[in-house]
Amino acid sequence: MPLLEISGLTHRFAGLCAVSDFNLAIEPHELIGVIGPNGAGKTTVFNLITGVYRASEGSIKLNKQEIVGLTPHAITALGIARTFQNIRLFKELSVLDNVRIAHYGQIAYTPAEALLHIGRFRAEERRITNQALDLLSVFKLDDSAGEKAKNLPYGLQRRLEIARALATGPGLLLLDEPAAGMNPNEIIQMMEFIGWIRKTFSVTIILIEHQMRLVMGICERLVVLDFGATIAQGLPAEIQNNPKVMEAYLGEEVVQ
Amino acid sequence: MAKLFATYYTLLTRWHTLTGCKYFWPVFMIAGLGFCIAASTFEFLDLYLQLILIYVGINIILTVSLNLINGYMGEFSVGHAGFMAMGAYIASLLTVHVIPPSVQNLLFPLAILAGGIGAGLIGFLVAIPSFKTRGDYLAIVTLAFCMIVKSVLENIDAVGGPRGLLGMEKLTTLPWVFFWTVLSVWVIRNLVYSNFGRGVLSIREDEIASDLMSVDTRQVKIIAFVVSSFFAGIAGGLFAHALQFINPRMFDILKSTDILIMVYLGGIASIAGSIIGAVIYTILLEILRPLGVWRMMLMPLMLVLLMIYRPRGIMGMRETRLFEPLRDLVTEKLWRNKKKGAADAAP
Amino acid sequence: MSYIFQQILNALQLGSIYALIALGYTMVYGILTMINFAHGDLFMVGAFFCFLLAFYLHLSFIPTLLLSMLGVAFLGVIIERLAYKPLRNAPRVSAIITALGVGLFLENFTLALSPYPKHIPPLLQNTTWTFGALSISSLQIIVIVLSLLLMLILDFIVQHTKAGMAMRAISWDKTIVPLMGVSVDKIISLTFAIGTGLGGAAGVMYGLAYPVIDPYMGIMVGWKAFICAVVGGIGNIRGAMIGGFILGGVEIMVGAFFPSTYRDFVAFTLLLILLIVRPYGILGKPHPQKV
Repeated sequence: MPLLEISGLTHRFAGLCAVSDFNLAIEPHELIGVIGPNGAGKTTVFNLITGVYRASEGSIKLNKQEIVGLTPHAITALGIARTFQNIRLFKELSVLDNVRIAHYGQIAYTPAEALLHIGRFRAEERRITNQALDLLSVFKLDDSAGEKAKNLPYGLQRRLEIARALATGPGLLLLDEPAAGMNPNEIIQMMEFIGWIRKTFSVTIILIEHQMRLVMGICERLVVLDFGATIAQGLPAEIQNNPKVMEAYLGEEVVQ
Repeated sequence: MAKLFATYYTLLTRWHTLTGCKYFWPVFMIAGLGFCIAASTFEFLDLYLQLILIYVGINIILTVSLNLINGYMGEFSVGHAGFMAMGAYIASLLTVHVIPPSVQNLLFPLAILAGGIGAGLIGFLVAIPSFKTRGDYLAIVTLAFCMIVKSVLENIDAVGGPRGLLGMEKLTTLPWVFFWTVLSVWVIRNLVYSNFGRGVLSIREDEIASDLMSVDTRQVKIIAFVVSSFFAGIAGGLFAHALQFINPRMFDILKSTDILIMVYLGGIASIAGSIIGAVIYTILLEILRPLGVWRMMLMPLMLVLLMIYRPRGIMGMRETRLFEPLRDLVTEKLWRNKKKGAADAAP
Repeated sequence: MSYIFQQILNALQLGSIYALIALGYTMVYGILTMINFAHGDLFMVGAFFCFLLAFYLHLSFIPTLLLSMLGVAFLGVIIERLAYKPLRNAPRVSAIITALGVGLFLENFTLALSPYPKHIPPLLQNTTWTFGALSISSLQIIVIVLSLLLMLILDFIVQHTKAGMAMRAISWDKTIVPLMGVSVDKIISLTFAIGTGLGGAAGVMYGLAYPVIDPYMGIMVGWKAFICAVVGGIGNIRGAMIGGFILGGVEIMVGAFFPSTYRDFVAFTLLLILLIVRPYGILGKPHPQKV
């Protein structure tokens, strides 16, 4: 049974068609890559899946449940989490708090209990703090638990963002350009990292990336977008030799 | 010089040990309450000083509650006086018209509570526009709300219209103010260091990311506005029964501005900062009273200078260890010990 | 019928004054994303300058108007340099609180110098023309016409001069503009000068129309004009004008048909409803966030 089924997804912004007729079916535990030149609509697809935008047309089904029209936090509660192209951590908050916030949906106490510190409050807070620290230590970030997120070096910030997304307990993880700004060594590490995440947390991953080595190295399937339209879908080896893809990236004259 | 710093640090450590002790807070509460009751019954603090302390307490409640919205959530609400007005009027109407004089002292806390609840309900209404609008546009909504409350009160003759309401008994005493002040500081601090408080902070930092990280932003906004306006209402009720007379003009935009100044003076997103801001502002205004009209020129000038050199306020976004919950540190310490233990056990 | 016409004139008069003040707010906001809460008090200072010039120096209308505008513009530029410039990179709220402080200072300074309300001596021959039950005073016409003239001049400056182009550029992207050889400081000072000058002009007009002035008159008017600017879409000059006329119209019309104590209540409720229906103001556009 497919985890995520997208059919006929189209989205327009005041006359401009950002995504047109996007179709994709993903099985659990797959690692899919979405690639394409800048402005092709890749992040828009992520925004549509996670509910930041409401799709103009089309349907997105998670485990057979329609999620178009749900609020972002409801979609996150159903098991989709993401990271962002330009890191969107909670900068002034500590590393620990960044991860603890992601547990919001799993908290079992009511506001009244929080205000008066009665009932399940203390136990739940202890549980979440321990869970957050466990997660941080898996990502080797627990030593900086008290640091403000904005003080972390870039690479650790990216790691924290992924940790934060995983703290929501997703079945589907969307990574938006996780290797942005990295040198070749770091890219190799990121490739191993992503593979490790998929195994350890048993998540399905969709990845937007420009770094071809990473994409070709770990993705099982690729979707290529250009100007909102899907120009190719298939195995990495097929995509690599697809003339339409080359044209989109390198321009008509070069291919000719 | 080094000796001075050394002494400072020793004192600070001793202070932290003292306040970290499990019985500190209950003892402080009881001692404080006892002191206030003694002070007001035996009057060994003169009445003028007591009145100042009462106003300091009321201002602390107002500042801490507004800081929740303006500091922690990062909004710009200028309507706080409107919530205060609701609490003041509801509490006053209850004590003047509903509660018989014989039980006024007994039922006073209920009247105050009713004022707070009324203000909280209105706060819920104001929270609704905050779902879609933010920033300056929300500021306007709160501004319009404040002015509407004032005009509505001016037009209802049953509550005295523009001339206001009088005849309240002087039910606000130092012990009551102490109680409500400590309660509001405690409750708001609890909220800030809980799941919902972290939600409030995340909305300030990045609302969209917050939504995507499972935070129910609507729920958080409602909680923040309701709690904030509830306590503003409480402060209003206390205020009305200290002054024994209220009219709509007391709760206009100028009052909101006063509270705003205390928040930004003391420091945004800081409970200690709110207390400091309220204390400094109230006391400074009293000390400078002999200066007459020059007082209100000196005050804003100092505020401007403060903003230029310390834009986030005295304790901007920092907190004293006093208010940070011990449990977080304890949990983390226990976790690290466990991890160390596991690391030592497995070679 | 003529009663309505009368009220329409009153509305235009009040509306033009609100529009002039709202323009000052919107210009400063457009360029610095800062709400200058001292603006209402600068309006009050304009009215007081008018009083000083008319009462002590016995100047006639045009010199009073021009000198008051210049005086307020000058004051505005000084305030910007001393109090707002250091906060250009600070969190926005700090600048707002500073503005509040500056406003408080101006109010109380004026109060110290002038504890009692002042009466501006009549500066203009006020002839009234009566058409049946309708009476039009020349004062009203002058206020309306002058205000519209000032607004047109402003529109021309912003749309058709280099300085205006620089202003618009800065409102889009402050960091790039100096790289184009434009002195951001000078343009910001110019914007403040024009914005506050218009506020000063509004003060003079207000003083002509309602001659008794006091130091606290700027507070309510200032906040109301701020609401006008937001209702029109803050940062949008045409919007500010529209917002000003809307509020003026609503206030006068409500005052005409309801008891005067309801005026503020109905006016603000209508504005609130307008904002709920169009959350970004009439001509405003939400800044779409790139996720």
